[in-house]
Amino acid sequence: MHGIFTIFRKEMEDYFSSTRFLLIFALIVMVGVITVSMVGMAIQEEVKGMAKPTLLFLMLFTSTGKLFSFVQFIGFFGPLIGIILGFDAISRERSQRTLSKLISQPIYRDSVINGKFMAGVATISIVLVAIVLIISGLGIRLIGVVPGQEEILRLAVYVIASILYISFWLGISILFSVVFRSTATSALASLALWIFFSFFVGMGAGVLADAVAPINQGGPSGGINVAMVEKHEMVQRVTSYFSPMSLYSDTTTTILDPMRKTTKLVMLMGPLERLSLSRFQSPLPFLQSFFIVIWPMIAIVAITFLCFGICYFAFMRQEIRTI
Amino acid sequence: MDGQKIIETEGLTKRYGHQVAVNSLTLQIQEGEVFGFLGPNGAGKTTTLLMFLGLTEPTSGKVRVMGFDPTRDPFHVKEKVGYLPENVGFYDDMDARQNLLFIARLNRIPDRDSAKKIDSLLESVGLIGEAKKKVGTYSKGMRQRLGIAEVLVKDPKLIFLDEPTIGLDPDGTNRMLDMIHSLSREKSMTIFLSSHLLDQVQRICDRVGIMIKGNLVAMGPIGELAKQKLGIDKEHYTLEEIYMKYFKEA
Repeated sequence: MHGIFTIFRKEMEDYFSSTRFLLIFALIVMVGVITVSMVGMAIQEEVKGMAKPTLLFLMLFTSTGKLFSFVQFIGFFGPLIGIILGFDAISRERSQRTLSKLISQPIYRDSVINGKFMAGVATISIVLVAIVLIISGLGIRLIGVVPGQEEILRLAVYVIASILYISFWLGISILFSVVFRSTATSALASLALWIFFSFFVGMGAGVLADAVAPINQGGPSGGINVAMVEKHEMVQRVTSYFSPMSLYSDTTTTILDPMRKTTKLVMLMGPLERLSLSRFQSPLPFLQSFFIVIWPMIAIVAITFLCFGICYFAFMRQEIRTI
Repeated sequence: MDGQKIIETEGLTKRYGHQVAVNSLTLQIQEGEVFGFLGPNGAGKTTTLLMFLGLTEPTSGKVRVMGFDPTRDPFHVKEKVGYLPENVGFYDDMDARQNLLFIARLNRIPDRDSAKKIDSLLESVGLIGEAKKKVGTYSKGMRQRLGIAEVLVKDPKLIFLDEPTIGLDPDGTNRMLDMIHSLSREKSMTIFLSSHLLDQVQRICDRVGIMIKGNLVAMGPIGELAKQKLGIDKEHYTLEEIYMKYFKEA
């Protein structure tokens, strides 16, 4: 434990004095402040003269305003934060020739990875909590609405899910920094994986679903073949769940938008059901939303552990000679 | 020089695939001696050191360092053994003190004890004036001296030095050798150093071992090896003559 703590401490000092951390933090603060002021002003206009709409506060984070919402921004660029924090974790020690010295000290070899990972997670948490607090503070001033208990709980779940998600990418980038000798290769590999998951898995899911269950042809009666649509949807969902990105976006949209009652995008229903749904829309209680998002969150934790396990395995077995 | 045996190996072997890096090495190092481990590049010297530290697992054979088995119990070995790798690296954006402080913390030395110690170590390697400079600005000789200070932070009983003088200018080499010499004489540390720079080894080592292609071909005090190999009792032998003789035979 002692070794982990010492390495954790040094990594934290390194992060907080590094230019790259300052750049990330400045970028996030800038985006956060810009989106919240735009959204805040838009909301102000919109709700003038209205009685307090439900869960207005969360709209500060989810409403897209003119460009994009803060949640979308983190969803897209969050992985980059994880990658930037971790891509040279081990390979830098190697190129500096400090690794063989480090592991010839009386510490366990896994302390090196553990300490670095924990420092990364702590840094991510500090950044995210700070920015959410900044946005909340600005938002309270702009729209004059204080968050209720439920909104705070929802935001907390959102922050936790985001920390888990970015930690997953931190784990991936640390893994690549163990596996690849060169820092540049490790960074590029992480970026490639990020692009693959953000764009190609989604596209691939669509293509695959079209191939397995085509829905553009009409059914025998000329209408939509319901079974086919359901199958299409299922194939697409299952495939896209191979990307942690869809797990994360499902989690955040559901927890921050109480009107969403499922993570499914396509719902088949008759006209009466549709009417009743639109007439009697009411927000889902926090706990119900939470029960929906707990599964994708567990999945994110599971894949983080998986990639961490591979990381251990690779690092423990590596010949020190070649380090 | 009849101390306890601080390193003992028996049939120590390391193979990488079909390549034999160290072949059935059997040696004993007494406490307090300066042992020179000689051999050309790629002879298996570094691999042997890594096995002593438990950083590489031997394929077969036994090894005991300070009474511990480094493969099973690397923690205890690393607590008491200092290791200066070849071309040691530092955290270049930290100064000398911060680098040493980090190593002291990894060795569980409380900060209040280490501050004084670090200063006296930096003093003894002649770096106290540069202690506040970032290590990235240090010359090769200064880095190597800092390396020695770093090894001494944990008060080791046994020190492994891997090519400690390589790449140093004559002045730096002399300072380094003097430092190693005084560690052995004044602090009675056991020093195991690997090198292929023979005249330097000859100056400071009590005993040498010659390793060629993974095999230990000779071991003993330099004078004795000279008698054996050169067959003459002459005063002016050099280690190089002995070494070349072995090298040609191998």
